[in-house]
Amino acid sequence: MTAPGSAPDRGAPPDPATGRLVVVGASLAGLRAVESARKAGFAGSITLVGAEEHLPYDRPPLSKAHLGAGPGSEPAAPYLREEAHLREELGVDLLLGRPATALDTAARVVHVGGREVAYDAVVLATGSTARRLPGTDHLDGVHPLRTLDDARAVRRALEARARTVVVGAGFIGSEVASAARGRGLDVTVVEAQPTPLARAVGAELGAHVAAIHERHGTRLLTGVGVASVEGDGAGRVERVVLDDGTVRPADLVVVGIGVVPATGWLEGSGLRLDDGVVCDETLWAGAPGVWAAGDVVRWPNATMGETQRLENWTGAADQGAAAARNALDPAAAAAYATVPFFWSDWYDVRIQMIGSPVADEVLVVDGDPTAAGRWVALYRRGDRLIGALAVDAPAEIMKYRTQVMRGGSWDDALAHAAARRERAAGRAAGPAS
Amino acid sequence: MKITVDYDRCEGIGMCESLAPHHFQLEDNGDLTVLQAEVAPEDVSDVEEAVASCPTGALRLQ
Repeated sequence: MTAPGSAPDRGAPPDPATGRLVVVGASLAGLRAVESARKAGFAGSITLVGAEEHLPYDRPPLSKAHLGAGPGSEPAAPYLREEAHLREELGVDLLLGRPATALDTAARVVHVGGREVAYDAVVLATGSTARRLPGTDHLDGVHPLRTLDDARAVRRALEARARTVVVGAGFIGSEVASAARGRGLDVTVVEAQPTPLARAVGAELGAHVAAIHERHGTRLLTGVGVASVEGDGAGRVERVVLDDGTVRPADLVVVGIGVVPATGWLEGSGLRLDDGVVCDETLWAGAPGVWAAGDVVRWPNATMGETQRLENWTGAADQGAAAARNALDPAAAAAYATVPFFWSDWYDVRIQMIGSPVADEVLVVDGDPTAAGRWVALYRRGDRLIGALAVDAPAEIMKYRTQVMRGGSWDDALAHAAARRERAAGRAAGPAS
Repeated sequence: MKITVDYDRCEGIGMCESLAPHHFQLEDNGDLTVLQAEVAPEDVSDVEEAVASCPTGALRLQ
């Protein structure tokens, strides 16, 4: 390939009829990479490598519907596609149940178990793994919530009416707490930081969001760490001891203290690893034919003006598709940029965030975050709108995403917010309160 | 081409509105309204992106 100017040599395109595309990671990003490659007309071989035995499945339901669906039979696994569809219609060679262990960028092979899987282009989409609480691996009843198997174990414990302690007041832990409360169980959430969700939504709003727990009868302890998790003689968890000496009895401990990108298998590959696979704006990972997508990617997101690593559904889906398109046509590789979005459902409350909480100012433009009910806050960076958080305001949030995508100004966002308030007041029978 | 919504799957998340605001609108109660079911050729790529971005797979364009 002859690259114009100083453009990097991202590798030659795989032959559209006989090339070999390997996708490592069989979750949402990996599946979207496969589908996008076929949609782009790639007729060569595609191998999808997955560490778990399961077919690609959807993760958002694991901490939502899967846990809260009431007593009774286990909900069906949220598989994204049927096996026959993957094998026959998409023509995918599925290599499930064993993780990739190494990437050799010189020989252009992925090591999986004892096999070497050769590639012309590879998409790294191994996602992230849940952080564990040190010293708890030997105890039954202590779980992260990341995989389908985790969700099944947590559901079984909730069915057995476990006294539940959630470690970490992030979104996953909070959804688990909601499901447990929805079943009428005793729930304590323990958060080491003084303010929950500070990294996700900023400290000020994190406190307001966290207050939703207390309004729903979930005990939230902040600024206190876990000293130890103790079991009974049979190796089952029995209690959680906190730094301040508090003891909480527990039959189930769900650990929601974040994730780390699954890059251990790439040590020694020569790729740059720094809290993820460091990619350029096109999701190219720095070696010929090597691209990445989903939670493992750290890349310069031009729309937000930040180098980011996303841990959300939308990022995984979009990056999977974009990385495969670029992998098949590296000379025309397009920059990938986005306005991040995530949502979380707690109790009967929907929380949605778009953009970035890294801001110079945060302003509540609708509702009262200290009370129950809907509210909306906007984030300003310089003179532009950079993010928005909506609690139970589904009609509001995406209008701001569109504005951030366009690089909309703060003044325009405030004018929009005022117009929305007027509209709401006009609709209400009485004065808006 | 025409948009169809599987309302049993739709959870009112709203990605579609952010990508194709002339076709999709979330209401205050989280219900999705399709503003224009018929999609003009120049809007097809935006609506396709909205369909692909639906986290619950509730949208079709055919």
